[in-house]
Amino acid sequence: MTAELRGKSAIVGTGHAGFGEAHGLTAYDVMAQSALAALGDAGLNLFDVDGLFCTMMEDSMPALMAAEYLGIQPRFIDGTMSGGSSFVNYLTSATMALDAGLCDVALIVYGSNQRTASGRLVTASRPPAYEAPYNPRYPISAYAMAAARHMHEYGTTREQLADVAVAARAWAHHNPEAFERGPLTREDVLGARMVGDPLTVRDCCLVTDGGGAIVMVRADRARDFPKAPVYVLGSAAESSHRQISQMKDFTVTAARDSGARAFAAAGVTAADIQAVELYDAFTINTILFLEDLGFCAKGEGGAFVEGGRIAPGGILPVNTNGGGLSCVHPGMYGIFTVIEAARQIRGDAPGIQLKDIDLALAHGNGGVLSSQVTAILGSQNTL
Amino acid sequence: MPDAKGPDQIFQGALTKGEILLPKCEDCEAYHFFPRVLCPHCHGAAISWKQATGKGRVHTTTVVRRKPERGGDYNVCVVELDEGVRMMSRVEGIAPGEVAIDMAVTAFVSEAEGAPAVLFKPSEG
Repeated sequence: MTAELRGKSAIVGTGHAGFGEAHGLTAYDVMAQSALAALGDAGLNLFDVDGLFCTMMEDSMPALMAAEYLGIQPRFIDGTMSGGSSFVNYLTSATMALDAGLCDVALIVYGSNQRTASGRLVTASRPPAYEAPYNPRYPISAYAMAAARHMHEYGTTREQLADVAVAARAWAHHNPEAFERGPLTREDVLGARMVGDPLTVRDCCLVTDGGGAIVMVRADRARDFPKAPVYVLGSAAESSHRQISQMKDFTVTAARDSGARAFAAAGVTAADIQAVELYDAFTINTILFLEDLGFCAKGEGGAFVEGGRIAPGGILPVNTNGGGLSCVHPGMYGIFTVIEAARQIRGDAPGIQLKDIDLALAHGNGGVLSSQVTAILGSQNTL
Repeated sequence: MPDAKGPDQIFQGALTKGEILLPKCEDCEAYHFFPRVLCPHCHGAAISWKQATGKGRVHTTTVVRRKPERGGDYNVCVVELDEGVRMMSRVEGIAPGEVAIDMAVTAFVSEAEGAPAVLFKPSEG
C-alpha cells in the first residue's frame, strides 16, 4: 500500500485457538474458535463481519468454506493464497476494502489441525512437475538449499543458524502460550537429527495445530473498541518465484523490495522498529529477512544473530512469542507475526512484554521464499 | 491437430529418446527452463529448441535424510547449466553428502520416479 493509506485502518481485535494440539477438532473448527476469540477481543460478534479474508491448507475454495461454516454472508472476500504470507498480505487488501467502503468490519482468519490430523504438513498444492521427479522434501529441501548457498557465499555457520533457534526458544520459555518452552542449547540444535543438510530438526519450525484471527476497522472508529487500536502504517508485497529451482539468487529474498516499500509507506526505517516478528519457518529465514529488511547488511545476518543478540536482553527483540520455531506453527504461521506485533504494541503480549512499544514489524513468507510481505504496525502515538 | 506438441511434450519427448533439448528465445537469444510458450526474460513467443551441452555446475545442494529401510539418504540439488538455466536434479555416482557447490557436473538421461529424467554425474578431469 501507498503512503496515502498510512494509518487508515486499525487492528481492534486479535485471537487464537487450538495452539499445540486441538484434539477432536477440524481445521475449520479451529478457524471458527479463533474468529470468536478475536471478535470477543474487539467486543464484536460474527453478525458485524462483512469482510472475510481467509485461506486454509485444504480445499480450493477455503474462504467460501469458512464463510459458510461461520454462518456469514460477507460482501467482500479475499482468499488470495500466497502461502504463509497470505495473512500479512490481507492487511493490504483489508485496508483498501475498508477505506473504499467495501466492508466495515474485516475478519482475517486461519486455522489448522495438521498436528493431530496427520503429524505433518497438510497441503492441497501439488509438487511442481519439473522438481517432483527428484523427490525434494517440501519445504525443507528448498530452505536447506538456500541455507547451503548462504553458508557458501558468506561463511554463515551452522552454529549461527542454531543460535536463531536458541533465541526463539528463550522467548518461548517465557510465553505460556508457546508449545515448546523447555531449555534448548546450541549443542542441542547441532546434535539433533539431520533432516536436510545443513538443517537439523531443531532448525525447522514446529508442526502444531492452531488458528489465529484479526479484526480490522477504519481508523475513524478505531478508538471505539475495548482495546487500544493498532494502526497499519504500511504494508507491501513482492513475489519472486514459486519453485525453489527458479529463485534467482538463493541468498536474497523479495523481502528487500516488500520491506523497502512498507517502510516508505509508513515513513519509518528499520532503525525505528522496536519489535520484529518474522516468519521463521527455518532458522535461515530469520537471517535472510533481517538482512533483506535492512536490520543488517547482506551476508552479516549470521553474525547479527550470534550469541543471543536477538534473544531476550539482546540488541534487537526478534520473534518475541517464540516464533514458528518454538511457539506455534500450524502449516502457515504468517498471521501470528501480525498478532504478536499487535499485542506488543497494545501491551498485552502473552510472554515477555517489551516496554513502550510504538512501532513493530510483521513479516510473512510464503511458498519456498517465494512471496514476501512486510507490514509496519504502530500505536496511536505514531499517527 | 493431433501432431501438435506443446513445450512440455517437446522436452519430455526428447528425453524419451535420450536427448536433452533446451528452449531458447529467438528474440533475446536467452535460454530458459522450465519449458513454456513464452520467454520469461523478454516475453517473446518465438521459441526454438537447442541440444543442451550437458555441462554445468552445482549451484546449491542438500541431502534428504531418509531411513535406510526406506532407501537411505539421497541428493537433491540445483544445477546451473552452461546455457545459463537452472534445473533441480541430483548428482549420482558419489555419496549424496559429497556433492558440493560449484562442482562441475555432466548431464545424462536416466529414469527418476519411473519416467525419463535429467540426472548429473561429476565431470571427469
